[in-house]
Amino acid sequence: MTQPILASKDHEVAIPALEVSGLSVEFPSRRGTLLAIDHVSMRIAPGEILGVVGESGAGKSITGLAVLGLLEHPGRISGGEIHVGGRRVDTLSEAELTKVRGREMGAIFQDPLTALNPLFTVGKQLVETIRLHSDMTKQAANARALELLQSVGIPAPEERLRQYPHQFSGGMRQRVVIALALAAGPRLIIADEPTTALDVSIQAQITALLRRLCDETGVGIMLVTHDMGVIAETADRVCVMYSGRVVESGPVEDVIHNPQHPYTKGLMAAIPSLHDRVETLAQIDGSMPRLNARPPGCAFHPRCPHAGPKCSAATPPLVSVGTTSAACWLQQGGCQ
Amino acid sequence: MNTHTPALTVEGVSKTFDVSAPWLNRVLERRPKLFVKAVADVSFTVEKGTCCSIVGESGCGKSTVARLVTGLYRTTSGNISFGTGAEGRPIRVQMIFQDPHSSVNPRWRVGDIIAEPIREMKLRDTEAETLARVRELLETVGLGADDAQKYPHEFSGGQRQRISIARALASEPELLVCDEPTSALDVSVQAQILNLMRRLQDELGLTYLFISHDLSVVRHMSDQIAVMYLGRIVEQAPVEQLFTDPQHPYSQLLLKTIPDVKNPKRRVEAQAGEPPSPLNPPSGCAFHPRCPIAMEKCKAIMPELLQADGQARVACHAVAQKE
Repeated sequence: MTQPILASKDHEVAIPALEVSGLSVEFPSRRGTLLAIDHVSMRIAPGEILGVVGESGAGKSITGLAVLGLLEHPGRISGGEIHVGGRRVDTLSEAELTKVRGREMGAIFQDPLTALNPLFTVGKQLVETIRLHSDMTKQAANARALELLQSVGIPAPEERLRQYPHQFSGGMRQRVVIALALAAGPRLIIADEPTTALDVSIQAQITALLRRLCDETGVGIMLVTHDMGVIAETADRVCVMYSGRVVESGPVEDVIHNPQHPYTKGLMAAIPSLHDRVETLAQIDGSMPRLNARPPGCAFHPRCPHAGPKCSAATPPLVSVGTTSAACWLQQGGCQ
Repeated sequence: MNTHTPALTVEGVSKTFDVSAPWLNRVLERRPKLFVKAVADVSFTVEKGTCCSIVGESGCGKSTVARLVTGLYRTTSGNISFGTGAEGRPIRVQMIFQDPHSSVNPRWRVGDIIAEPIREMKLRDTEAETLARVRELLETVGLGADDAQKYPHEFSGGQRQRISIARALASEPELLVCDEPTSALDVSVQAQILNLMRRLQDELGLTYLFISHDLSVVRHMSDQIAVMYLGRIVEQAPVEQLFTDPQHPYSQLLLKTIPDVKNPKRRVEAQAGEPPSPLNPPSGCAFHPRCPIAMEKCKAIMPELLQADGQARVACHAVAQKE
């Protein structure tokens, strides 16, 4: 029996690649428990790219790691469910998780050099990954590795298979990491800042590659980044995170052109434009609160221009506002 | 704003680094000495009160230029000269670094970090005056006067970058060299720092040499832009001209590939290769292997930086032919 080379796009459209509901992640510490992620829900359809955007400390990477089951001790999931391709993964044992990781979900991290083993050729690493997750013969796995390198746009793949990671440039290494993530034909790929270490001209190539692979193979991608530009060019939908919560989510065009949450509005206005020049940029004063000093109610209220008494009293739920969803009292009867 | 007196003149500056293997390895393995030409024949002037930016991808030599200007590296050849500043002495230069976490001493109180240049250069006569100046500087950059007693770890990244700006301002410089001052910061904090830098420029009449890879930040800050590729300036133009009518194919590529939040160019696969290693730069024009309009001439002859349309200077055979 041959493994499906790349998960077909047409079948299982109904089952989302990823469904996260009410996920909370906490880090117990001597001075009390820190809540890094607070009731985060998201859903990625097959063939869809969901951008998860936020500033450092917003909890976007932790969300990705929680899905992969790679939270570092003492971090743990304290609530909610994670389903990958319809299967619940947050309750799996480490041994079961090891099987799911790689086969059902792949990961791409920021630094492609540390994600590859410098002592083995790229071909050996690919073949090992393919054979670990399937019962292919060596020859078949080799052919598949070649095909994978071709599909991620590496020129002269036969030659490249015999080379070591240090012989690749940064952009080419990231393509190898993407090939590794795709090796077992997963339903979901978590891409955590995949282009942050790369130059702009290479970044454009990698985001276009992710977009193409997503369309061709039907894999769902969770694209975690701080760069709104990358989201705008790549993602279908976007989740904006602030201090461990999703504050706004929706189709990417709507969130960018018509943001609802004051934080998203501020974020969009703070990005210097490429088209016209303003005397002063709109700025959000202050910075994101630390985990141990999160203000009560809506965590954004100390920086929010519209904040009222209600904002510091209760946390607003994420409710749909037109085409997007926002967690702000402003759209839910005012802040007073 | 534009007074046409140069604050900084860089003429034909080159910097070569020796990256050879250790002596014994060279002898045993019969390897030759290796040199990297990080900056090659770079010339530009920055006029007083303006902001000149250098943009390019990693490894193009833009940070080396910043370090050459501030004297952290010695030039291999060429001249760097400063204009005359206040009281007829040469313009004072200070530098702001990229990473606010590693550029301030974690064991010093913020007050001491900022007071060090004042004490070292004997800019104030008494300790009381020094402390008053520190308080004034902290308020100038938007921090509180009582923050002087705190340590750097008590501040966020953006606040720490404000501290390093206050320290740079302490020696009363007229030219600030800023090496990627906001690339370690989040977008909302980046806007705060950029606004602060613009305000300081207006209030104190500062001149900036701004190094960045982020074209949208550069567009916001600068009057003049120099685009570098593999150690050389390939295009230099006023900001508006560069963004509306880039001449060099590399500038065009850069502008085409930056993610644009407002008008995303989705699903366009950019196929333009990768920058070559500076250890082994291509012959002729260093950009020719990636250039869509490369000619035979480009492989053999290095183009010179020549006057092109408007106030731009471009190093490209194709642009020179058009003229």
